[in-house]
Amino acid sequence: MNWELLALSPPGWGGALLRGLATSLQVAAGGFALGQLIGILGSAGKLYGGPVIKDLMEIYTTVVRAIPELVLIVLLYYAGTAALNNLMGGLGFSSVDISGMLAGILVIGLVQGAYSTEVLRGAILAIPPGQIEAARAYGMPPAMIMRRITLPAMLPHAIPGLANLWLVTTKDTALLAVVGFTELTLATRQAAGVTHEYFLFFSAAGVLYLAVTLVSNVLLQALERRASRGMVRRRT
Amino acid sequence: MTDQQMPEDIETPPPLPKLSALMRPHRLAIMAVAAALLILMIVKMQWSWLPDYAGMLLAGLWITILLLVASTILGFLLAVPLGLVQVTGPKILSWPARVFCTIIRGTPLLLQLWLLYYGLGSLFPGIPEIRHSFLWPYLREAWPYGLLALTLSYAGYEGEVMRGAFAGVPHGELEAARAYGMGRWKVLTRIWLPRAVQRALPTLAGETVVQLKSTPLVATITVIDLYAIVGDIRQSTYLTYEPLLFLAFLYLCLTGILVTIFRHFEKKIPSRGM
Repeated sequence: MNWELLALSPPGWGGALLRGLATSLQVAAGGFALGQLIGILGSAGKLYGGPVIKDLMEIYTTVVRAIPELVLIVLLYYAGTAALNNLMGGLGFSSVDISGMLAGILVIGLVQGAYSTEVLRGAILAIPPGQIEAARAYGMPPAMIMRRITLPAMLPHAIPGLANLWLVTTKDTALLAVVGFTELTLATRQAAGVTHEYFLFFSAAGVLYLAVTLVSNVLLQALERRASRGMVRRRT
Repeated sequence: MTDQQMPEDIETPPPLPKLSALMRPHRLAIMAVAAALLILMIVKMQWSWLPDYAGMLLAGLWITILLLVASTILGFLLAVPLGLVQVTGPKILSWPARVFCTIIRGTPLLLQLWLLYYGLGSLFPGIPEIRHSFLWPYLREAWPYGLLALTLSYAGYEGEVMRGAFAGVPHGELEAARAYGMGRWKVLTRIWLPRAVQRALPTLAGETVVQLKSTPLVATITVIDLYAIVGDIRQSTYLTYEPLLFLAFLYLCLTGILVTIFRHFEKKIPSRGM
């Protein structure tokens, strides 16, 4: 095998792969953050909202989780940007040019939001109800209860599920390759296509993805240990 | 690595609502809005292409279902030994199994698919033994690589699930089986495996839905499944939204059918107090 092709500077393709990895991680981090925001709002809506909000949230999570991510990404990436431009044109604004990065973050965030809603809903339900009742008895308004009691108290229950979602998110960014967004997988395919060293480059990208997963695992386990300080350890 | 496993509450769907629960006023209002949207979509959008492509869509649907069924069955057959050796096997077997599961679960399926199709596909023609073997006509097509990638992926994820399920079967049951004089193989086939599958069934149902949602990836290596057919329709009719929306609707139906089938099996399992 021709290892020199992985050199960091051209004619090696190592630099292109690392740039792809950086793009992938940015989209994953942005999408994950957006997903958590949607998840917090969604789980609050599912647990505390009125009947209409509850049903709408149920429809959102069910539909998003039943349709393949690839189809959602293609649908939202192409059709979503076209629809937004139509809307802007209809309102008299000039059409906006949505960067691939922003569209990718929005799409990944919308998909992850559905899964995150379910994880956070389960975690909030795991909080002893007395803690939230006590906060209410102190006269805290709902938003303050959420900020001071519910979110911190649910964290140890939510972290295993959220850690799993983060790992899924890093891998889901690869799907953006199908819509032509140059993240790690597409950069790898371009490098492999030019050099015809398919095995070398796809293996190299696999090692990069695996490294992200393993490093994330170590960090997430440390985070989980820290978040569950003082909790009674459940016997498994 | 257990923290990577999906918590069961996201995988097990809630029980289906009763008909009376659907008749509450706000739900009727939501259904009315949904019906209005649907009618608007039918009237305002272009659907004249649908009858022309019905045959192709059915053929694509068949390929998608075939890939799903074949890869889940083959993958599950691989997953049982993968899970078992991680629980009881000697180090020389359990270690490779763990590495395999970690690699499969740590890299995107799209990358695995492309590695197999483009990577192996570019290596095979250079090996004369393979070129002249009876397998060569198949290896020149795309679907064996798609099936292999989907099977390995399912095996990797389910190997981990089965590991947890095997480890979770109470020891007393296995000891009781041994006390009855059952051999190791009989303990496995009569007690350990059935009990592990029972425990894993809700997770397996969720994972099979995930597998269904992974099948359209094979369209990127030129397998003509449902997703590829819809891509063709989009190109030849110049329609952006309609084929994709129809595709999303079809997958929604497929997921619903899959969940119903698994729920039927879950109901058959006797549980305490029933």
